[in-house]
Amino acid sequence: MIIGVCIKQVPATDTRIRINAEATAILTDDVKFEINPYDEYALEEALRLKQAGKATEVVTFTVGGADADARIRDGLARGADRAVRIDDPALAGSDSLGLARALAAALTAEGVGLVLAGRQAVDGDSSTIPAMIAELMGAAQVSWVDKFEMDGEAFTAQRAAGGGMREVVAGRLPAVVSCDKGLNTPRYATLPGILKAKSKKIAVVGIAELGLSANRVGAGAALVTFSNMGPPPQRPAGRILSGDNATAVAELVRLLRDEAKVI
Amino acid sequence: MSNGILVFCEFEAGRPRKTAFELLQRAVALGAGPVSALVVGDGDTSALGPNGAGKVYQVSAPALASYSTGAYTKAFAAALAASGASTLLASASSVARDVLPRLAARLGAGLAVECTELRNVGGKVVGRRPVYAGKALVDVTINSPVGIFTLRPNSYPVVAAAGGSATVVPVDAQVSDSDVDVRVTDTVAASSTTADLTEAERIVSGGRSLKGKEQFDAVVRPLAAALGATVGASRAAVDAGYAGHGEQVGQTGKVVNPSLYIALGISGAIQHLAGMRTSRVIVAVNKDAEAPIFQYATYGIVGDLFEVAPLLQAELSRS
Ligand SMILES: Cc1cc2nc3c(=O)[nH]c(=O)nc-3n(C[C@H](O)[C@H](O)[C@H](O)COP(=O)(O)OP(=O)(O)OC[C@H]3O[C@@H](n4cnc5c(N)ncnc54)[C@H](O)[C@@H]3O)c2cc1C
Ligand SMILES: Nc1ncnc2c1ncn2[C@@H]1O[C@H](COP(=O)(O)O)[C@@H](O)[C@H]1O
Repeated sequence: MIIGVCIKQVPATDTRIRINAEATAILTDDVKFEINPYDEYALEEALRLKQAGKATEVVTFTVGGADADARIRDGLARGADRAVRIDDPALAGSDSLGLARALAAALTAEGVGLVLAGRQAVDGDSSTIPAMIAELMGAAQVSWVDKFEMDGEAFTAQRAAGGGMREVVAGRLPAVVSCDKGLNTPRYATLPGILKAKSKKIAVVGIAELGLSANRVGAGAALVTFSNMGPPPQRPAGRILSGDNATAVAELVRLLRDEAKVI
Repeated sequence: MSNGILVFCEFEAGRPRKTAFELLQRAVALGAGPVSALVVGDGDTSALGPNGAGKVYQVSAPALASYSTGAYTKAFAAALAASGASTLLASASSVARDVLPRLAARLGAGLAVECTELRNVGGKVVGRRPVYAGKALVDVTINSPVGIFTLRPNSYPVVAAAGGSATVVPVDAQVSDSDVDVRVTDTVAASSTTADLTEAERIVSGGRSLKGKEQFDAVVRPLAAALGATVGASRAAVDAGYAGHGEQVGQTGKVVNPSLYIALGISGAIQHLAGMRTSRVIVAVNKDAEAPIFQYATYGIVGDLFEVAPLLQAELSRS
């Protein structure tokens, strides 16, 4: 059974944001990119499942340009067997559904039985692509998983549900699982791993090879458009409460009650 | 294009959650056509009409008794078709996050998630939402005949119900046990009995400065209890084992939107701010006057949290 891991590169989480002139996206010229932190949990889980003899191969999947190769190599250095990168001019301007179509087509073409993805990509913070992939592949899905076990085709998983509850769920492959913090502790690449990764293959595929027509992806197919991107409103200057701790605390309680009316 | 808004109303213990009222009231305020409610499962729907629903599309079936992606997605699709609505609105909850992308892919419908604002632009609903961990906000426009939006809890105040009543329209979604793809086999309480962090009205969070689980339990939790607040934590506190993973606030934790957020000994790293910067009132207690959190705090106390927190707890129980 092949496990597919969806990996996206995102700006490092401490990046300062600069917005383009059209106010539709950020400028990326001097941004430092990293593997999306949640995708690291997905990759780690895949590697552990393979080590436990529950998968034959771990293959990473990325929609992106050649600039993503450094992150893909990092995944290979950590232990993924090979990588597929989907790159096509027709993908420019895709919304989440367009990206999901490209990923689902590639995952299906490789015969992947279990897809592990991140809970969300921390650029758009959408958390939508894994469930879209599941629908397009006709697979089961579990979102935001922090515990996963597999026995043959059957799996159990745990996730935080609403109202401070946790759910234990059971299902069967094929499935798409989105991975949350707490699932595992991702490994780093080792020097031997980095050397080994040099001979591993990143296959670059276009959408025609995946049997996708150009009008299913890209800006023309996008159902969702972004505009008017700007910084969040400035919070009004706060107030430091003076005096000794007891005085400050008494004043705080008064303000919370009478001014802010939150208690 | 508007044939109105269908609002997914979530229930807990047989009654609508507060987010249902927030969504219905916002949907009415948008003035983009008739507002109706979508209810999955049984439950007392009598409060939905007074809060703005003209009709309640209720999908009940034994296969919907507990949550599954497959059965719920079918239920949503059937109710949406029955209502003829052009907009589906839901809270950014764990159910919505699981079902709606799947539904969007099935229907070819545009999806705008995690909005913190919803506006009516020429009869069309447009969302505004944070991206890049709240470092930017962006307008999201949907170009498909049906548009789906999720709204973060506590984005709009809930006011007293205006009155009115709704007609209940039962919807047969033809769901059966074979639609239950992933089955819930057990549900367990995460940690506390207080509200879910993402929906909490008040949160008290502790950071690395608590220096141990015992102190976290002795200082942060009782103060939270005194306020009827939910407990949160920084990643540094979670990684050190002072608090549970489910309690982490921030970019790789929960995004919260309470009316009161109290940060005890939290420096205010960009990844922590990502999870709480939209809180209405932020209180920071930190012994370092230069800590970045003070730039976002509505009220700040420069002091030792081990002194300030017990004083605050005592003051609250006095008043
Ligand atoms: C990819 C990535 C994702 C991340 N995601 C998150 C996330 O989701 N959430 C998150 O919180 N962080 C996240 N972080 C970590 C973040 O960068 C910070 O390291 C973390 O938030 C720091 O936690 P802290 O404020 O508790 O600790 P510190 O930064 O160490 O701050 C402790 C503060 O306590 C004060 N203090 C110490 N003793 C006392 C005392 N006795 N009384 C009062 N004040 C005192 C100090 O002055 C200091 O300001 C992430 C980092 C990365 C790289
Ligand atoms: N361009 C992409 N290439 C590969 N995987 C992606 C891409 N975009 C999103 N994903 C996967 O989908 C997850 C959720 O992304 P999102 O729905 O955009 O928040 C990510 O954590 C990745 O695992």
